[in-house]
This record gives sequence, structure tokens and C-alpha cells, in this order.
Amino acid sequence: MIQPAKPDLVTVNIDGKEIAVPKGTNVIEAARLVNVDVPHYCYHPKLAVVGNCRMCLIEMGMPAVDPATKAPIMDPATGKQKINWIPRPQIGCGTNVSPGLHVKTTSPMVKDAREGVMEFLLINHPLDCPICDQAGECKLQEQATGYGRGYSRFVEQKNVKPKRTQLGPRVTLDDERCVLCSRCIRFSRDVAGQDVLGFVDRGSYSTLTCHPDKKLDHNYSLNTVDICPVGALTSTDFRFKMRVWFLKQTNSLCTESSVGVNSVVWSREGVIYRITPRRNDEVNDTWMADSGRVLYKQVQSADRLTSDIALDNLTVKAAHVLQAFAGSIAVVGSGRSSVEEQFLTKKLAAALKASVSLVSRTAPGDKLLISADRNPNVRGALVTGLISALPSAQLTSLAADIDSGKVKAIVSIGEDLTAAGLTAAQLAKVAVIYLGTHANTTSAAAKVVIPTVTVFEKAGTFVNQQFRIQKFIQAVPALAGAHNDLAVLAKLIAALGAPAPAAEIGTLWPVIAAEVPALATMLYKNIPETGLLLDSTPWAGLPFVEGETLHFKPAAPAAATV
Amino acid sequence: MSAPAQQRIIFKHIDEPGYTNDIECYLRNGGYEVLKKSVGRKPEELIDEVKKSGLRGRGGAGFPCGVKWGLVDRKSGKPIYLIVNADESEPGTFKDRYIMHQDPHQLIEGTIISCFANNVKQAYIYIRGEMPEGARILEKAIAEARAKNFVGPNILGTGYSCEIYVHRGAGAYICGEETGLIESLEGKRANPRIKPPYFPAVLGLYQCPTIVNNVETLCHVKYIAEHGGEAYSKIGTPGNTGTRIFCVSGHVQRPGYYEFPAGTITMGQLLNDVCGGPLPGRTFKAVIPGGSSAKVLKFGERYKGKRKVGADMVDYDWGVEDVPMDFDSLAMIGSMGGSGGVIVMDDTVNMVEALANINAFYSHESCGQCTPCREGSLWMKKISSRMVHGDARPQDGALLKSVADQIPGRTICAFGEACSWPTQSFIIKFKDEFDAYSEVKKTLPADRRVLV
Amino acid sequence: MNLKPETFQRIDEVITHYPVKRSATLPLLHLIQEDAGYISEEAITWIAAKLELQPINVLEVVTFYPMFRRAPIGRRHIKVCRTLSCALSGGYKTCETFEKEFCTHRGEISPDGEVTVEFVECLASCGTAPVVLIDETLHEKVDVTKAKQLSDQIKAEAKARK
Repeated sequence: MIQPAKPDLVTVNIDGKEIAVPKGTNVIEAARLVNVDVPHYCYHPKLAVVGNCRMCLIEMGMPAVDPATKAPIMDPATGKQKINWIPRPQIGCGTNVSPGLHVKTTSPMVKDAREGVMEFLLINHPLDCPICDQAGECKLQEQATGYGRGYSRFVEQKNVKPKRTQLGPRVTLDDERCVLCSRCIRFSRDVAGQDVLGFVDRGSYSTLTCHPDKKLDHNYSLNTVDICPVGALTSTDFRFKMRVWFLKQTNSLCTESSVGVNSVVWSREGVIYRITPRRNDEVNDTWMADSGRVLYKQVQSADRLTSDIALDNLTVKAAHVLQAFAGSIAVVGSGRSSVEEQFLTKKLAAALKASVSLVSRTAPGDKLLISADRNPNVRGALVTGLISALPSAQLTSLAADIDSGKVKAIVSIGEDLTAAGLTAAQLAKVAVIYLGTHANTTSAAAKVVIPTVTVFEKAGTFVNQQFRIQKFIQAVPALAGAHNDLAVLAKLIAALGAPAPAAEIGTLWPVIAAEVPALATMLYKNIPETGLLLDSTPWAGLPFVEGETLHFKPAAPAAATV
Repeated sequence: MSAPAQQRIIFKHIDEPGYTNDIECYLRNGGYEVLKKSVGRKPEELIDEVKKSGLRGRGGAGFPCGVKWGLVDRKSGKPIYLIVNADESEPGTFKDRYIMHQDPHQLIEGTIISCFANNVKQAYIYIRGEMPEGARILEKAIAEARAKNFVGPNILGTGYSCEIYVHRGAGAYICGEETGLIESLEGKRANPRIKPPYFPAVLGLYQCPTIVNNVETLCHVKYIAEHGGEAYSKIGTPGNTGTRIFCVSGHVQRPGYYEFPAGTITMGQLLNDVCGGPLPGRTFKAVIPGGSSAKVLKFGERYKGKRKVGADMVDYDWGVEDVPMDFDSLAMIGSMGGSGGVIVMDDTVNMVEALANINAFYSHESCGQCTPCREGSLWMKKISSRMVHGDARPQDGALLKSVADQIPGRTICAFGEACSWPTQSFIIKFKDEFDAYSEVKKTLPADRRVLV
Repeated sequence: MNLKPETFQRIDEVITHYPVKRSATLPLLHLIQEDAGYISEEAITWIAAKLELQPINVLEVVTFYPMFRRAPIGRRHIKVCRTLSCALSGGYKTCETFEKEFCTHRGEISPDGEVTVEFVECLASCGTAPVVLIDETLHEKVDVTKAKQLSDQIKAEAKARK
């Protein structure tokens, strides 16, 4: 593996601590590296610097040198080089490190500056905490507590601004709470590419708005809610639903496409309340599409498959059905299954001596965080060897096999066969064992339905378009009457008379590491939070459908074969 | 000692009977001869003359013009722009108005000379929206100049081309701030930019190197091009060279514009000898020497210290009347020369009410971008307004000062200082008036002049 | 967009003054306001389309600069300076006089539809305070007497028109 080039390092001194940071780092990030918190509102690591909140003001100084000789001027009191401290505070976000830069974040000047800015932010801020969704994750609350003066001297009338504007279908705006940091404007214009937000009027009466003809309705509108440091922009879906301090945060992955956006699932007592993006500088920065966030609603949807029958009985029944058609079975796996499930699917297909197909799911990518491949884990199927070629959208060869009588039974792992091109007639000709989460035509026609669980109710890994393997963790308990996919597959394999494989992530992974070359020597628990890039060369020639998205450029197409 | 005589260099023809603003009149008076000579010289020579002259900007900041020109990035390959800051909006200032309305060709000649010196091919005159007649006069003058080849393609056959367009503002004082002006010229809200990195000399208009100069400054450049930097530097006093146009308004007998060599006239001479002193039966109470952003001076206070005269350090002990009107002296005693707008207040003025008027101006003009200025300026306005029209509490003076102290040095642009210095200086110098206002208010004559 | 042909011509001409179209936002707003009397919703979207901008970009600018109005005003626009020098010389009384003469309050259209009286900030003619801008003409030393004279003049001109 090529070592990354060593960045130019610059040594700076923050509150007496020396640290070497890459050239181009700003003072807020440099301070973070030595665990020094520099409070801020308008600064965001993924947005342009504007320096307008003035909360990150800190004291800075440069080492004194003689202007003529450039020799260092020493301070007789300390014996060290004298530091010329700049009499005015400077913004940390707008200052990049330079050699010898000295920073003080706890001096009286800094304390005074922070108290001043906090006071100014609060004088026109409404006393909404008791009814504001942002409470508990509000930068204004946190920084007022940490750096504010603690009492108010304001006895005038506060500014009145519109309080409940629907800025778009998913975002509610309260202009009185807005601190005019402009993060939302910068995001919408520069990242989402939709310049729809702006400030009208002037001075303290400045008000965030959109033009009535062009609302904030693009598919990344909810990111403005994530980055809004206060409760000005809030999610209409989440409004008044739950206090954030009651919610448990679980790391997960978005299954909308092969981008593999990192997410956080927020739940309480088994119910999911919202999904937000998780920062991964290699995959999705700090962003996520709105359409991926609503996927949690499928957990409690009315068409969830459940069964009162014990799992053992279901798997034995399924095994009986399949054994009647031995030799004429096909397995339809899924690009939505996890790597572990695909590994066991391969074992199942081996036990059944069955052919394996996957169904592809493509739609135009949006060049940002939704790729053209709407399956999150086709590459997992390649890596585990479940398939060796890319799937097609229609199961044409399987349909032909059904018509010719070659295939008389199908195990479908969460795939609706009629949506994949089989006709009702063809479906009627085969015995289907359906493992899935939601009811559809195939599950209705199946001989045995074994309900399984959604991505939120289990743990596992996906391999994204970058061939990065990433983990997702179980957020909520499995719905009563639905079963963990690994448990189902393991029991089914055992019921067919094959050796029972491990059925838990912990015990299964050593087997996977032993049998899958690309995942050799890997341990599930050692996969970093930001994922691990696999060696993709064995599949370099395949015609992947994805185009360019954030942090992903498709490899140059392989030489055309006749 | 009575005041020296005026030296009308820039204002030579202002309000001169028979002088009109067309090009024929300008040419009859020797107009554009300096341009003809200048385009035959090396541009670096002209920049050198300006550096030698010690000319300091006349817009309010007093930044040395030669230094500003020297900072321009000439290596980037990007076009260099020059913007004439004709957004005269500093309260108390009214000099550029006369130049543009009555002697526009002086400005145009000074502009083209400056453009030639800096290899500028495109200049804009950003004139405030409330001077529509001035905009028309300037456009007509530019057309006249273009017709005679003083502006536009191939000026005077030299191959050097430079176009000037007039661009009208629309009522925002913050467009006088150079980066606010640039944002406004780009068609956006006039939010000043953070410096670093957006120094106009490097990343200005359309992210290209840009020079922003005040109207009067460019007229001085014309004079310097004609007589040389050294001759210019002999006018006025060291460090404060050339003439200054003082705009006196408020409670004096003869308000108006007066041009003197910088530093050669004192405040007392200006107000008493030149402007005729206070109105009958009144006494001077306070004066703001450099536009409303400057800190106020209280008649009766004394300024003591040591200052450099030539090579020596000399003691000074001044009353307000003794202060020489130049950048350095005014800065030394705790105020500033600014734009030269001198606003005089006499003993009929209540300082709380005067401050309320000023605070209302600044809160209205704040662009709203950065927290301290945006919230602080409006808070100060609300307090002073409440004091005048509602309940004044004894602690309000101290509260106002405390709010004002949280603003300067913490903002994106100098508007932070501009909106807070008046409050700070008024309350420091007239503290008793603020503390006693709630009682005093009841005794003030009901028919006194309303200020807010 | 309903404007005079000359206005359209001047709009096209002024756009050529700038290498970046967005810079023409202010000039276009001035031209349209001079023609139509105010900036309508239609004008905002029209300018945005003309300069290849988003409507919010134009809306931001229109509301930032006080000289642009979103609704019609009286036939004559009387702008009285309220900043320090003019206030010290009696600017508030001047404004009051205009309001009384036309039975109106600041910001409204007078009952006869003839004037709108407004305060504005420093007009940069402090030496001749109090100063008033009526439409595009600057009037200096406008004390109560002169304010009354100017009001009479406006009323006379209004009558002559009818």
C-alpha cells in the first residue's frame, strides 16, 4: 500500500501546549487536537469560512524577531522568545496556523469577548427552551452555560420575527431563534447546489427566508436542520416528538444506495424517532439525503411480516418443501443483505446445490450522496463469492429455467420476484420460500414465509461503492414475530442436514475471515468506525453502474471486450 | 493668533461665480493638462510621487495612499480595478458632494491619472443613491471626456485604455466601507469581508486586485501629479501633508466647507475665527471632529502629554480650542481626524438626546453580519431611545458604556468602532448628564429641539 | 414585464458595464423603480431571470437597501434628513411641518395621494442643514418657513396638473 505523503507540519503553541499540525489547519481544528474547545457557531469544517459570529475570538501572538536581523528577541523574565501578543482578539476559524503561532484561549481578554458575544446573542433570543426541539443539543445553551456571563441585563423589547414558517416540506423555520450564522445558506448554495436561502432586511432585523417561488425542498434540506446551531431550523417530522436526552444513539448505515452514508439512529425503548448523518470524511462528510432519513419508518409499517410460529418449526417446514424439489432449486439473494447474511446465503445455496442470482436496482445518481446503484451491498455479494458477475434488473435466465421446468423451487431473500420480471404464471409454477420483512406479491404466493428484520433491528456490515467495509449496529429490538436473518439462515441450513454454521456476528466472523480471501485476518470488532478499504482489484474489470458522487470517482472503464 | 488663510486647492472653483461643471469650462481653466503630461510618464514614477507626497486617504481612515497602491498584487495576472468611493455618508461630511456636482472633471482627471499609474483598465465610481443629480452630472462629464479622448479606448493616442462607469448605491452607509462597497458593486448585500484574507489590494472586486480611493483623495493625486510629491509634502505638517477640507456643521454662525493645509489650523481658530463662533447667547459644549464616528471632545477638558515636533519631544497642554486639526494630533488626544466632518454642539444640547440620535443612525446602518455590531448597535439604540422617550434609569449610562465596550476590536469591520466610540466617549465625558438624566429630563424646556 | 422601451434599452446597456451580470442588480432595480415607481414581485423574478440569478439573490438586495420600495408611494417623495447635524438645526420640526401640511404621517401616502414623507439618514449636506430631498432635488436650509413654502409649491404644482 502506498504511504500517504507526509503533510507539511507547523508547530504552534495553544495554552502552553505545543503541537505540530498540518499546514492549512485553522486554529479551531488545531485546538481540538489538544482537547481545547474553541466555541463557535458559524464555523463548520465542511463549509466556507465567514467569520461572522465572532464567538471563536481568541488571543494570538507571534514570536518577536528583530525586523532587521531576524534574530529572535528574548524575554528576560522567562528566558524564552518574547511573544508579541496582538492587542485585539482574532477569530480562530479564519486564522490558519503559522510557525510559532501562540494562542491563548483562557485569558481575560478571551473570557470577556466570549461573555460579550454570548450576551449579544441572547438579548433578542426568545425564551423558547421549554418548547424548542433543539434543547439538549443546542449550541446556544451549551456555550451560554460554558462561556456566558450567567445573567441578563436586557430590559428592552426583543425583536419580533416570523415564528413558524414552513420553509419547505420537511423544514420548519423560527426566525426569532436564528443567530444569523448563515450555515444553512452556505450549505444549500455550495453543497446541495440549490441557492434558495438568504437574509432579507438589515442589521438586527435581518431575517432568514426563502423566496416564495422557490422553497427549501431539495433532497438535502434536512442537513440544514443538522447544522443549525440553534432551534431556528427544525425537522417538521421530528417536531415536538421527543426530547433528545431520552434518545439512545446507535451507529448505522443508510441503505438507500451503495454510497453507504454513515448515519446515527436515535431511538427510545425500541422506537426510532429520527436518523441523522454521522461524520465520515471518506464517505459522506457530515451530510445525508432526506430520502435516506425516512427509511426508519419501514420498521413499524403496517405491511411488516410477522409470524406466531416458532422459528424452528418454520425452518423445518421450509426444509421439507425444499427437499421435495432437490436439484431444481434456485436462490435469489439480495444486494440489501449484509455481508454476513450473504456469506450464509452462499452456504445455503451450496447445501441446496442451487443457482444463485441477485436482483439489481438502479436509478440515476444525484452526484452527491445517492449513487446509481440503489442496493447498498452488491459488492458484499461479490466479496463473499455469492455472485461473480454484476446482477441484472430482470431475472430473465431464471424465468427461462422456470418455464423449461429446470427450476421448481425458489428461496427468495427479501426480493419480490414479480418486480424482478417473473410473471404471475411463472410464480405460480414454483414453490417459494420467502425470507423478508414486508409483504408483497411473492410473500403472498410463498409456501413458507419466514419474517426477518430490517437493518435497524440487526447488526452487520456492508461494502460500499468504494469497496469500503462499514459496520452497522442494532438500534432497536427485533419486532415480535420477526427473526434475525443470520439465525434464520443458520437454522435453515441445519434443517437441510448440512453442518450448522455459527449464527452470531461474533462467532461467525472468524469463519468468514478464514473462508473469504478479501476479508482474511479481519475481526468484526476491529473494523474502524469510518470503515476499511478492501482491495478491489479482483473485481476491477466489472462494469459498475455508479457515476461520480461525493468522495467517489468511478474507475476508468476496462478495455472493451468483444 | 487668528486663523491662517484657506488654501483652496481641491475646492479652487467650488461656488465660484460663473464656473460650470461642463468640460469646456474645465478646459478653459487648464483642465486635463496634467493628464496629458501624466500619460507620457512612467506609471511607477507617478506612484513614487504619491508615495513621496505622504498623501493620506480622505475618506476617514487616513491610510497612506502610496502604501495602499504599493500593496496591490501586480503579479497575479488578474485585471486591476479602481473604485472611486463616492458613497459620502459619514454624518457631518459634505465635501465630495461639491466636487462631484460642481467640478466633476477634476475627479475624472484624478481618476484617470490614478488608473494610468496603476495599470487599471476599468474604474467604477460608486456614488450614493441619494445623489441622483450627481450621478447624472458624472455620467455627462465622463461622456464629454470620452468624446475628447481623455477616457475610454486609446486615451490621447497612447494606446492606454481605461473605461469609467458610474454605479449608484441605494441608501446604505456601510457601502462606504471598502469591502462592503465591493460586495455591493458585485450585486450583493453590502456585507464587509473578513481581512485576512480578503484585502482588496489582493482579493477585491471579482476577487481581483482592487484599489478603493475616496473622491477627494483622487483629486489630491491630480495635484501631486502636477506639482510633484515633494512640493505636496511641504504643504501642511509632517505626517499630515496637503490640504484638508473641513466640513463644519451644527451650532456655529457660519457652517460650511473650508480648505486649509493640514495641521496649520486649530479647532478654536476654525470654529471661532473662520466659522464665527457660537450662535448668539450660546457657548460651545462639545464638538465631534471627524464625522460622527469620531470620539467627542468636551469643551473645558485638557489634553496633556509629550509629542514629537521635528526631532524633539515637546510637552503639550491643550484645551479643545488648541488642538491642531490633523490626523496625528487628533488621534493623540483620543479622537480622530476621520472624514473632516466637524459637528458642533452648544449648551442647548442635551448629550443623552444627541447620543440617541447617533445611536439610531448606527443601528439603522449596521449590515447585520457580525454579532457584536448587529446586536450591540440596536441594544444601544433601544437603551438611549428608552431613556429619551420612556423611563431613564440612573444605571443606564453605565449600562450603555458597558455594552459599547463589548463591541470595538471584535467585529469584522471598523463599523464596530464607529458605532461604539460615540457612546463610549459621550458617557465618559458627560457621565453626570447620563446619570442625572431621569431627573433632568423633567426640567428641560418642553419646546427644546427634538433630536430623536 | 411592463416597462417603457427606453428602460429596456438602458437595462440592456447597463448590463454591459460589468464582467459579471450580478453586478447589474442595483442598476436594474434603480431603472425599474424609476419607471414603475416601485419594485413589484414580478420585477424581482424578472431581474433574477435576466441576470441568471436566483430570486432570493434579488430579494436579499431589494430589502437590504432602503431606497428600494416594494409598494407605490405618493406622487412626490419628501425625504427629510434626521441625522445629528440636521436634527441639531431643526430637522424634526421640518418633518413635522410637512406631515401637518399634507395631513399625513411618515411612511404613509397622504390622503390626497400627493406625497409620502419619510426620514432618511445623513444626506451629506450638513453645512446647509436642515436638508430635504424632494424627488431628486436637494433643498437646503429648510426651516419651518421654507418647509411651508415648499409644501405650497407642491400643492400648486398638483393643482396645475389637474
